[in-house]
Amino acid sequence: MPPLSRRLCLFCLALLPCLWLAFKVIQNDLGPEPAKTLVHFTGQWAFNFLCLTLAVTPFKRWLHWRWLQTHRRMLGLFALFYACLHAIGYALFLLGADWKGMGAELINRPYITVSIPALIILIALGATSFQFAIKALGKNWQRLHYSIYAAALLAWLHVVWQVRASYFDAAKFGVIIGVLLLTRVYWHYQKQRTVAAKQPHKQE
Amino acid sequence: MRITRFKTPTASEITPEAIYLKRREFMAAGATLGAMGLSPSSWAAPSQLNADGPAAPPWLQNKIAHAKPGKALSEALTPYKDATHYNNFYEFGYDKSDPAAKANTLKPHPWQVEIAGEVAKPGKFNLEDLLAGVDLEERIYRLRCVEAWSMVLPWVGFPLVDLLKRFEPTSKAKYVAFTTLEDKQQMPEQKSALSTIRWPYSEGLRIDEATHPLCILAVGLYGRALPNQNGAPLRLVVPWKYGFKSIKSIVKITLMEQQPKTSWSQIAPKEYGFFANVNPKVDHPRWSQAKERRLPNSLLNPNIVATTPFNGYGEEVASLYAGMDLTRYF
Repeated sequence: MPPLSRRLCLFCLALLPCLWLAFKVIQNDLGPEPAKTLVHFTGQWAFNFLCLTLAVTPFKRWLHWRWLQTHRRMLGLFALFYACLHAIGYALFLLGADWKGMGAELINRPYITVSIPALIILIALGATSFQFAIKALGKNWQRLHYSIYAAALLAWLHVVWQVRASYFDAAKFGVIIGVLLLTRVYWHYQKQRTVAAKQPHKQE
Repeated sequence: MRITRFKTPTASEITPEAIYLKRREFMAAGATLGAMGLSPSSWAAPSQLNADGPAAPPWLQNKIAHAKPGKALSEALTPYKDATHYNNFYEFGYDKSDPAAKANTLKPHPWQVEIAGEVAKPGKFNLEDLLAGVDLEERIYRLRCVEAWSMVLPWVGFPLVDLLKRFEPTSKAKYVAFTTLEDKQQMPEQKSALSTIRWPYSEGLRIDEATHPLCILAVGLYGRALPNQNGAPLRLVVPWKYGFKSIKSIVKITLMEQQPKTSWSQIAPKEYGFFANVNPKVDHPRWSQAKERRLPNSLLNPNIVATTPFNGYGEEVASLYAGMDLTRYF
């Protein structure tokens, strides 16, 4: 499939959860507490897209899916998109746009506090995801975009600190994030070793 | 001369057509019964009736149908669909929709309840025998979940004290412990390795709380037998405490001298106390308890209302806790 068609397909697929949600809202079919359903759903998809974005490089290296690389930016932007819906839904519908109350919640609830830097990181990465920014930032662009690892860990913490009756979600996301991040750690040390091996031994 | 204008009645003042029509049916049924020479006592019926309910043995259906009607609250009732499709019953899953979808594996009839511990007459009893001679009544109560949402529900049940008295608690009976069924076949989520709850689910009350007239055992909801997801066939309802205290599908009631261990206070003692009285001034460490979302709500109308001490039952129950530091004994 040519890249443009792939891009269109992927865009439509990534929009499906949002369309499903919009349909359910119009149908008034999100249960007795629609705000909670909406916030959970969008949060879940923000996490899913964050993981998909982080999975692009492993897929490329292990399965040689080089074509996926072209779409990493879109996956990342969808993570940002669903994270924004998640945050806006929380503020407007769950807190009822009570800004004073929201300030207190953001400070007093650690699981919400950790989500603020995560969201800021995603916004910063989204804002610098275009050609112009990539060129302008030069080497710093890569450095800045490594912060997606921090965002992933914070997002996981956001889930862990909400554990009540079951560890299931925390464990599931923990395993996924763990595999994705430990892969990077492994690559890092592997690279260091090969660099060290290539250097000629110093003569005494 | 002042002319008072006709005030448009608020929505809550208008009798819904369904109830209006039911009233006619009720009058007609009453007339038939009258003609048959039946006593007026059999006219009693819960004020709130849902058209359908779960299957239940006729003796129970009949008993529930004759429950004394309850006093309505000024607040609107939560619709039956929401009351039965938005539940926490972790034995069947962790989503609010899981209990309604999966609780059909529970077999609430026949059912036995064991009465044990500090009582003169312990034993294991069939539900039918436990309810023999008990007059059921409807109680319309607010239910405040510790998760900061709330409902208004018409239960059908009877005061717990009436049951306890029959088994003659001894002078050592200072607490009452309750246990939910533990059965991995009927309650599949009890197999889950990732649950934080140690089964069986257990709850407890101090004896003065348990014998308070507001504290009831419920067997019905909306004039029908309890649906499985709402704790069939027998559950506790303590309206001034957070919902998790109102334990479901009870198989054992134990009178104890020592304070019993309760499920949530064991999982997270800093978040859930033994008393768990509704208190807007003591926050859950992870969220505020000052307000609650009255369900059902909608996106544009979150229906957020202020939470009141003891869930609005302070006048009746606050004296039970006189002199206690409620921020410490939360």
